[in-house]
Amino acid sequence: MTKPMLEIADLHAYYGKSHVLHGVHLHVNAGEIVCLLGRNGVGRSTTAKAVMGQVVAKGDIRLKGKDILGRKAYEIARLGVGYVPEDRSIFPDLTVRQNLMLGVKDAKAIGRWNIDDMYALFPRLKERENTPGGVLSGGEQQMLTLCRTLMGDPDLIMIDEPTEGLAPKIVEQVGIFLQEVRNRGISILLIEQKLAIALDISERLYLMGHGHIVFEGTPADLKNNEAIRKEWLEV
Amino acid sequence: MSLLNGITYGLLLFMLSSGLTLIFSMMGILNFAHASFYMLGAYFAYQISTWVGFWPGLLVAPLIVGAVGAAVERYGLRRAHRFGHVAELLFTFGLAFVVEEVVQLIWGKVAVDYRIPAELDGTLFTLFSTDFPIYKGFMMLISVGMLVALYALLTRTRIGLIIQAALTKPDMVEALGHNVPRIFMLVFGGGTALAGLAGVIGGNAFITEPGMAAAVGSIVFVVVVVGGLGSLGGAFVASLLIGCIQTFSVALSISVTDVFALIGVSLPQGSQVARLTITQLAPVLPYLLMVGILIFRPRGLMGARES
Repeated sequence: MTKPMLEIADLHAYYGKSHVLHGVHLHVNAGEIVCLLGRNGVGRSTTAKAVMGQVVAKGDIRLKGKDILGRKAYEIARLGVGYVPEDRSIFPDLTVRQNLMLGVKDAKAIGRWNIDDMYALFPRLKERENTPGGVLSGGEQQMLTLCRTLMGDPDLIMIDEPTEGLAPKIVEQVGIFLQEVRNRGISILLIEQKLAIALDISERLYLMGHGHIVFEGTPADLKNNEAIRKEWLEV
Repeated sequence: MSLLNGITYGLLLFMLSSGLTLIFSMMGILNFAHASFYMLGAYFAYQISTWVGFWPGLLVAPLIVGAVGAAVERYGLRRAHRFGHVAELLFTFGLAFVVEEVVQLIWGKVAVDYRIPAELDGTLFTLFSTDFPIYKGFMMLISVGMLVALYALLTRTRIGLIIQAALTKPDMVEALGHNVPRIFMLVFGGGTALAGLAGVIGGNAFITEPGMAAAVGSIVFVVVVVGGLGSLGGAFVASLLIGCIQTFSVALSISVTDVFALIGVSLPQGSQVARLTITQLAPVLPYLLMVGILIFRPRGLMGARES
């Protein structure tokens, strides 16, 4: 069996004295969309940040079998992890094109994606090529940040709440886009609060509560398990 | 003529403040030792000029200062950073004293004889019976050259793009796979090298002595605050503004009474304050401007954020 793209086991993380993650485990296989669900503040974003090396954590994080815990963020990125944080982190004063070019990790390397692929996927970005990223609409910014991450030629993308605050039509577009990316062989760890696109596009789901995984299974499993949804997800 | 002098001085201030503001907006460090690198530039250039002349020093001294700056970031600040901003602040504060002491140990407490090279010593042109020295013209040339180079580096190159992005969101830039710690070191080295260059061309125009860092340091902070913390454009405008204010005001001999008379207020005669002339007030004016800015526009002329 091939090694999973991402493997997390017994992950603990702390913000100062507060213990936020209590032994999280999950894995993402190659070419799979896996969704990490849960309410606000249960530790989903912290899990992603721990993978990215942006919070202090203990436990085991492996990328393609290789231990990456304790490495610097830029090293982890260069090993093939793309990360789209919740706030999208567009560089507001730089143009759309400059934002995309910043996604490229190494100017000399030729990745799977180039800027024209991005413009082909989202013609809107081409139109706004020379516009500062800060003036784009929420949906456009989400596309920009996804494309920027792809420019770095990642093997795994972690996306924190890509559908937050977007119109239903755009949410649908994001879902289609993620499937398209997955079909090209890239693994995705999707962090969501709502079931919106999660049930439709994920192969597997993890549900998180109070710093650990409380449920794992297929979208069908979760659909049938009303009790667990009521307790950990619905408001 | 005062205008030209003011611009020359302003450009020199900008070489200092540009580095300080870049370092501040990127790393959040208010580098209290920034002017110390200016002083080091002057002393290194002096030392080199006694061995091989002025011209090699012009190139080599800023490079050495930049290397020292990069080393300070790599082995000092990066460690202090783990203990928070207060530790960083204290570190740079302490560094300023250390540099001053070391300079006194090596070169003594009195000013060294760092002179303008003979080929640049003379009059460039005479305007309204005042001479404009060649060396001032040379200072302007170097400053403008640096400015253009800095602008081109920041806007036309890939590394400049990464620096610009890291000014606002260093974490995201790192998550995109760029070695941000190295960029920090380069910016710190580059910023201190600029300060060093300012010292090389300023040290012989003014005076090279252990107090020069303290003298210019506070003015540079005024520039950065007035221009807006973290704004290069603001630092540029504020540098020229303060450069001009300082040179103009030295030449003005009207008193406070006269100024108030202009707006129709007559001050009581015999008051000490009322008899002060603008010339006497000149050293205070930049600070008054800073206080005014802090009261009426705390983010500075062009500052993006309130810090």
